[in-house]
Amino acid sequence: MVAALKAPGQPRALLGMLVGIGFGFGLVVALRAIRGLEIFQTEQTGYPHVIVPGITGPIGYLIGIGCFDYWFRWAAGAPTVPEDHSDHGADGWRDYLRFNTDHKVIGIQYVCTTFIFFFIGGALAMGIRAELAQPGTQVVDPGLFNGLFSTHAAIMIFLFIVPIFAGIANYVLPLMIGAPDMAFPRLNALSFWMLPMGGILFLASFLAPGGAFDAGWTGYAPLSTGAPLGQSFFNLGVQFAGASSVATALNFLVTIVTMRAPGMSFWRMPLLVWANLSTSLLVVGATPFIAGAQFMVLLDRALGTNFFQAAAGGDVISYQHIFWFYSHPAVYIMMLPGFGIVSEVISTHARKTIFGYRLMALALLGIVVLAFAVWAHHMFVSGMFAWLRVPMMITTLLIAVPTGIKIFSWLGTLFDGRIHLDNTGMLFALGFICSFILGGISGVMTAMIPLDIHISDTYFIVAHIHFVLFGGSVFTIFCGLYHWFPKMTGRMYDERLGRIHFWGTLIGTWGTFVPMHWIGMEGMPRRVADYAAQFGDWNLVISIFAFILGAVQLVFLYNMVTSWRWGPRAPANPWGAKSIEWLVSSPPPRFNFPSVPRVVGGPYEFGVPGARHAIFEHEEEAGALAEPVPERATTPA
Amino acid sequence: MKDMTRATFLKLTAAAIGMTVLISVVMVNIDWLGMDGSTEKDPIVTLLNVMIVLSALVFSIVMVMMIYAIWKYRAKPGDESDGEPIHGNTRLEIVWTVIPTLIVVFAGVYSTIVLNDIEAEASNQMRVDVTAQQFAWRFDYPEQGVSSTELHVPVGTQLELHLNALDVVHSFWVPEWAIKRDLVPGSDLPGGDEIDNVVRVTPDVEGSYQVVCTELCGWGHATMRAAAVVESQKEFDAWAADQAKIPEGNVSTGAAGGQGAGIYDNQVTE
Repeated sequence: MVAALKAPGQPRALLGMLVGIGFGFGLVVALRAIRGLEIFQTEQTGYPHVIVPGITGPIGYLIGIGCFDYWFRWAAGAPTVPEDHSDHGADGWRDYLRFNTDHKVIGIQYVCTTFIFFFIGGALAMGIRAELAQPGTQVVDPGLFNGLFSTHAAIMIFLFIVPIFAGIANYVLPLMIGAPDMAFPRLNALSFWMLPMGGILFLASFLAPGGAFDAGWTGYAPLSTGAPLGQSFFNLGVQFAGASSVATALNFLVTIVTMRAPGMSFWRMPLLVWANLSTSLLVVGATPFIAGAQFMVLLDRALGTNFFQAAAGGDVISYQHIFWFYSHPAVYIMMLPGFGIVSEVISTHARKTIFGYRLMALALLGIVVLAFAVWAHHMFVSGMFAWLRVPMMITTLLIAVPTGIKIFSWLGTLFDGRIHLDNTGMLFALGFICSFILGGISGVMTAMIPLDIHISDTYFIVAHIHFVLFGGSVFTIFCGLYHWFPKMTGRMYDERLGRIHFWGTLIGTWGTFVPMHWIGMEGMPRRVADYAAQFGDWNLVISIFAFILGAVQLVFLYNMVTSWRWGPRAPANPWGAKSIEWLVSSPPPRFNFPSVPRVVGGPYEFGVPGARHAIFEHEEEAGALAEPVPERATTPA
Repeated sequence: MKDMTRATFLKLTAAAIGMTVLISVVMVNIDWLGMDGSTEKDPIVTLLNVMIVLSALVFSIVMVMMIYAIWKYRAKPGDESDGEPIHGNTRLEIVWTVIPTLIVVFAGVYSTIVLNDIEAEASNQMRVDVTAQQFAWRFDYPEQGVSSTELHVPVGTQLELHLNALDVVHSFWVPEWAIKRDLVPGSDLPGGDEIDNVVRVTPDVEGSYQVVCTELCGWGHATMRAAAVVESQKEFDAWAADQAKIPEGNVSTGAAGGQGAGIYDNQVTE
C-alpha cells in the first residue's frame, strides 16, 4: 500500500490530486480567514475555494503520476540516469495507464482518451438533436440546452479533434522521419497527461451550482464574465488542454527540425510531416491567445478586473478579437493534419506519387501565413470598426486558393493511378474530398460580407462548421485511424464493418448537415433551444439523420475493439506503402528501428523502377540493395 | 491524364457544365432567403445567385474529375502494379492556382460593391434607437418622441438603427430584411464611439415580421423576439400618435421569459 503510494502511478496520482485539492482549498480558507473575509464567497462568479483547487488538484495529479519526477530529481541535484528507459514502452495494458515516455504508447493513450471524449461529446450532440427534433421544450430546459451545446463544442474541439491529431502524429511522425522517439519524451508524456485534466474540468462543470458552462464554446464576454460557476471550469480546462497542445507543438517542431534521419531533406519529408510542421507553427503562435482570453475572463470573474466590463471602461469587442485570433487558426489546426493524412492514404491506395508535391507543401505554409490574418471574418456583424471588414474578407477568400491547390492535387494523384477502393481508409479519404469541398464552398460564401451579414449566427454557420470539422476533420481522423490501425495494434480491422461505418457516416453527415444550410438561410438562428414551427419538419429530418450518424459510430467502436483483440495479425506493410513506418514490424520494436534508416529518395515513388524511400544500415551490410527491381505494368491503363 | 484524348476531355467538360447548369437552375430558382422584405435584400440575393452558379461550377468540376478518375483508374482485382510515375505538371498547377485566385478576387470585388450599395445612406431616414436587454427589445423614436416594445416602421423609409445593449451582447436581425448587427453593451458610454453601432435598412414590403436575437445571450435567448410591423406612412403616423399617449413607465424594459416567451406556442396553434 505504502509502496504503491510512493511509486509513480495512478494510486499516487489520485493521492496527489486529493492533496492538491486540499492544499488549494486550505490556502483559500486560511488566507480569507486571516484577512477576515467571508470564508466561502459564493456569489455567482466567485467561489475561490473551488477555483483554486481546480488548479492545484490537476497539478497534484500530474505530480503524482510522475510527470515531474525526473526533473525534480535533476533540480535537486540527485543522481539521474540519462539513459534510463524504465518509463519507456508497454508490456501490457497497465503500462498505458501510467507515465510513459514512449511516443508509440503516448500516441495510443491520446487516441483512446480522445475517443472517450468523442463518444461523450457525441452523446451530448444526441441530446441536442433530441430536444430540437420538435419545436417546443420536450427533453431539456433552455438552460441545460445551452450547457449541452457549449460542452459538446468544447469537448469536440479541445478534447477530440485538436488532440487526436497530436496523438496520431505522435505515433507515426517519429517513425516516418526515422527518429527513435520525440525530441522531448518526458515533455511529451506531460503533454498527454494534461489533456484529461482539461476534459475532467469541462465535465465537472455539470456538477457546479448553476450547471455546466453555457455561454457557448466561444464564451463571449460579458455573458461569460457574469455566468455561473461552470464558466470558470471552462476557463481552467482550456488552460490545461491549451498547455498540452502548445507543449506538443514545440515537441513536434524540434523533432521535425532536428531528428530527421540522414538523407531526409525537407523536400523528402512525407506530407504528413509537412502538415504537422505547419500545424505546430499555428499552435505555437495562436494557442497562447485563447489561454490569455480565458484567463482574462477568469480574472474578471474571480478577481473583479475589468477587461471586458464596458461600464468600468473595459472593451467588450476586444474579447472577440483575442478569442478569434486563436480560434480561427484553430480551424486550420484541426484541418491541416488531416490534409497530411489524406495525402498519405490517397497516394498509397492509388499506387501513385503525389501530384505536385512541392506545391502541396507550399500550400500548407501559405495557409499558415494567411490563417493569422483572417480572424475578424467572424466579426463582420459584431460592431467592430468597419474598415477592417473588407481586408479580412479578401484574405479569407484567398485561403480558398491553397486549399483548392490541395484538392486539385489529390485529384491529380488519382489520375493514372491504380485506385484500390477495397480499403476503408481510402473510402474516407474520397468521402472527405466530397464533403470538404462543400464546407469550402460554404466557407467562401460566409467570407463574403453581404452574405455573411444575413447568415452569421444562423444554422447556415452550424452547417458550414460541421461540414468542415465533421465532413473534413473527422473524416480524415477515421481515414488515418483505419490506415495506421495495423501499424499501431499489429492487427487488421474488419473491412466489411469499416465499409458499413463509412457509408453510414457519409449518409449521416450529409443528411444531418445539408438541410441546416437551408433552414439557416430561411431564418433559423443558431444556439436556440426552441424555434418557429415552420422549421419543424426539417429539424425532424436532421435529428433522424443525426441519430443514424451517432449509431453508426458504435459500429466503428465495435470494429476497433474486437479487431484489436481478435483481428488477424498484420504484416509489416499491409498496404504496400512507401514511408519509413511501414519498413518496420507492426507494431514497431520498442526503440522503433533495428538500425538507423537512411533516406535515399522521395516518400511516394510509386511506379519508379528501383526507387526506395529509405534503407537500413543492416540491409546495406547484407547487400539487400541488390534486390530485384519490382515489376510494374508496362502498358498504361 | 496524359493519355486523355480530346474527345474524353470534351465529354468531361460537357459533363461538368451540364452538372453546373442542372445544380444552378434548381438552386437559383429556390427562394433561399425567404420572402423579400427590404431594398438591401435584392443585391444580396443577386450576389447569392452568382455565387451559387460559381460554386456549382467548382463543385461539378471536382465531382466529375473524381468520379471519372475512380471509374477510369480503378485497379482491376488482383492488380498489384503501381500507377504512372507522374510527379506533377507545372502548367496545370499554375492553372489551378491562377483561376481560383481570379474567382475569389472577383468574389471579393463584387462583395465590396454590394456592401457599399447596401450600406449607402438614403436621403429620407428615420432614426430608431434599439435597446436590447435579457430577453427583451425596446425601440425609442427620438423624432416622434415615443417608445415601444414593437418595432413599427413606415414602408420605404430607410431606418437608421442606433443599437445598444444593457447587459450582454445581443444581435438584431429581421430575416426578411437580411440585415444583422450586434448590440454591444457600452456603445453609449465614453469610449463606446469606437463601436460601429449604427446600421441602416429599408423595409419595402408591408407586413408583420419578427426581430430575432441571433447572439447567444443566456437561457432566454431562443425566445428573445419582438414584433416588427412595416406599414404605410399613414398607419405609422397614427400608431405613433397612439403610442405617445402611453406613459413612459409602461414600456417594458425586460422581463423574465422575455417578450417572446411562449411565442412559438401561439404559432403552433395558429
